[in-house]
Amino acid sequence: MPHDHDDLTPPGVPHKHPFQEDHPEPQTYHQLLGVALHEVLIEKGVYTMDEMRARMERIEGVSSETHGARIVARAWLDDDFKAKLIDNAFAAIKLADMDPGYAEITVLENTPSTHNVVVCTLCSCYPRSLLGRPPAWYKSKSYRARVVREPREVLAEFGTPIPDNQDVTVHDSTAELRYIVLPMRPAGTEGWSEDQLATLVSRDSMIGVARASDPE
Amino acid sequence: MNTRFSDGDTVRISHRDDERHHRVPAYVKGHHGTIVRVCAPQVQPEMSAYHKPGEPMRTVYRVRLDQNDLWSDYTGRKSDTVEIEIFEHWLESVNHAP
Repeated sequence: MPHDHDDLTPPGVPHKHPFQEDHPEPQTYHQLLGVALHEVLIEKGVYTMDEMRARMERIEGVSSETHGARIVARAWLDDDFKAKLIDNAFAAIKLADMDPGYAEITVLENTPSTHNVVVCTLCSCYPRSLLGRPPAWYKSKSYRARVVREPREVLAEFGTPIPDNQDVTVHDSTAELRYIVLPMRPAGTEGWSEDQLATLVSRDSMIGVARASDPE
Repeated sequence: MNTRFSDGDTVRISHRDDERHHRVPAYVKGHHGTIVRVCAPQVQPEMSAYHKPGEPMRTVYRVRLDQNDLWSDYTGRKSDTVEIEIFEHWLESVNHAP
């Protein structure tokens, strides 16, 4: 599969190197005020990152109906499917009658000893076929530069502190592979159906910046 | 297709520039890593980005690097890693002279 980003060279510029403006960081007074207010409300416990994430995903039309959440829920229920998924995700997703979209889709399993998180430091490669449109922060220069250099700090800012006895592996998606993280199944979900489990799988948990949500 | 490296090999990511579009971020150039997976061959982005065929295709590898080797001021665990996809023509053997 050829590399799939568009030719982004501005019109009139000789075709030399693909070109893409970065998303600007918050700079104006009101943008900074918004960031500060958000941080204070989280700190004071007015709402949690999980609640905000759920609201944003609803606004952006991401739901538990995405292929990714279903794949994760099925892997939690079916060890055989999980083993196939980790061995060859393309084949396993095809067998489950879903469209993997990319030949080398790779599933990264979170375990008590390793937490996985995905980034594309060079641009914004993302498994759209399974997760829909990438969130704006995934494409920001700040996330791309920082998550490879200080992943634990970035994850803590997402509301996902990593314990000292767990490794962090950052997956930089620089060529033709695409990744989704298989988060750990939350406790207290014994006997849940695939549909029920899928509701706990946020987009962010499949990028690796969050855990799967706990049952209410 | 013959592949130059196998799982477990130690490699060095080439420390060179290429003014064409290429898929090797600066922060890994010149660093050593370990092959953790041999992936399918792909067309070369140095050519395909300019609508040229990009052939011959080159094998892509998943390479694991130590965070503490990449960043001298890294504050996480010793065993934290980065895994990244690198094309074969950006990898050098360190087991024996290429």
